[in-house]
Amino acid sequence: MEGSVEQPVLIYDRIDKNRRNTILLFLAFAIVIAVLFGAVGAIFGLYGGLEAKQLGPLVGSVAAIGLVTALAFSWVSYYASSSVVLGISEAHEVTKEQEPVLWGVVENLCIGAGLPMPKVYVIEDSAPNAFATGRDPQHAAVCATRGLLDKLERRELEGVIAHELSHIGNYDTRVMTVMVMLAGLAALVSDVMLRFTWYGSGSRSNNRDKGGGAAGAIILILAIVVIVLTPIAAALLKMAVSRQREYLADASGALLCRNPDALADALQKISQDKEPLEVANKATEHLYITNPLQEHASALNNLFDTHPPIERRIELLRAM
Amino acid sequence: MALIIVIIVLVVLALLLLFFTIGIYNGLVRSRNRTREAWSAIDVQLRRRASLVPNLVETVKGYAGHEREVFENVTRARSQLEQAGGAQQAAQANNMLTQALRSLFAVAEAYPQLRASENFMALQRDLTDIEEKIAFSRDFYNRNVLDYNTRLQTFPSVVIARNFGFQPREFFEAEEEARQEVRVDFSTGS
Repeated sequence: MEGSVEQPVLIYDRIDKNRRNTILLFLAFAIVIAVLFGAVGAIFGLYGGLEAKQLGPLVGSVAAIGLVTALAFSWVSYYASSSVVLGISEAHEVTKEQEPVLWGVVENLCIGAGLPMPKVYVIEDSAPNAFATGRDPQHAAVCATRGLLDKLERRELEGVIAHELSHIGNYDTRVMTVMVMLAGLAALVSDVMLRFTWYGSGSRSNNRDKGGGAAGAIILILAIVVIVLTPIAAALLKMAVSRQREYLADASGALLCRNPDALADALQKISQDKEPLEVANKATEHLYITNPLQEHASALNNLFDTHPPIERRIELLRAM
Repeated sequence: MALIIVIIVLVVLALLLLFFTIGIYNGLVRSRNRTREAWSAIDVQLRRRASLVPNLVETVKGYAGHEREVFENVTRARSQLEQAGGAQQAAQANNMLTQALRSLFAVAEAYPQLRASENFMALQRDLTDIEEKIAFSRDFYNRNVLDYNTRLQTFPSVVIARNFGFQPREFFEAEEEARQEVRVDFSTGS
């Protein structure tokens, strides 16, 4: 009972922090997009030969459009992102009758955590993994792969689900799920822009007689977009997956299922399984309990890893 | 002029104190409500457990009618559980019921036909599940009671709690914990 004195306090602090972070994330996203739109407007304006006093309103209105668009996208992603995540992960909802064991584990642990019963999803993939999503505990979902259900014992499954329910209880899922949409969009835009830049530079060398100036400006714009968006997308992803978040969910999950060793055993089993999860991608990998992509080998990759080293997590759980 | 400044300072201080008090008071109420909510989660499971008992007794009686003492124990524990007021009494009654059910299931071991009966197996499964749920809801409840009672004992919330008559709540002690020394002064839950 010693640790539980701190636990409620800790949880409510985490909730506040995650709520704040979600709003900050939306604001940062909106500002970046507005600046980006403004910059594009300025370059177009300059290229079109506008005077300084015409340029101001143009940049302002384009930036405002960017701001509104970004906020609208944020608003949509707040409500829709968990459906999107479940959709792209090819998860299907299951009932108590279809998956009595998984359902029972989720139901009982929810009682222990004081959470309402989330929706339960399964991904038909033999790689063992799990994630949770949803903007708050009332709209949450827990998702496990078929491999997880087949390969883990019940107590290990309890450990994993307890970890996921901790993410739901302290609103980690709100930040993490919204991040999928924002980071996904940023990555998509920068990817598209990058392709355009290559295409643009290729065509410029072919007709340098007249269109060279216009193409040069467009390339410049695209380059700026790429330069600005790529590191932001990366930074957003990194922020979403702060390692501390995983350690905390491990600790409170272990407390919830009252069996740190069960979660440690589960992590060990999951990490020894080298099969990659096909439905996971760069935008969603940070949601999972362990990294589903399994392509990290070098020390450099470890630096950009979305999950803390699994050996360290197991070590900490064993010491509990 | 100086008087006005003094008055303003005093008013501001009084307002700050008021807001501070309101904040702590609301925190106490929230914490108390959380313990009540957590209690109702336990209560639901205890009721479910008690409601299964008559059915179980009837089922076992059909095969082992002469084991009267075991049935009486179970039935007595059940009615105590239903009449229990407060977490401590409920916990005691629940532990009694656990003991009684344990001996009932021990008796059932001697009757292979009973153990094989579908009804009995379903009841056993349900009871195991409910016991697990009771254990989890007990954890959650005790965690909330600990938080609430700690507020009642620590400064500055202790001052406000005293003035507004907040009462500490009882823990729901599990079997093995029941024998340990009592941690707080149990008075009737508010």
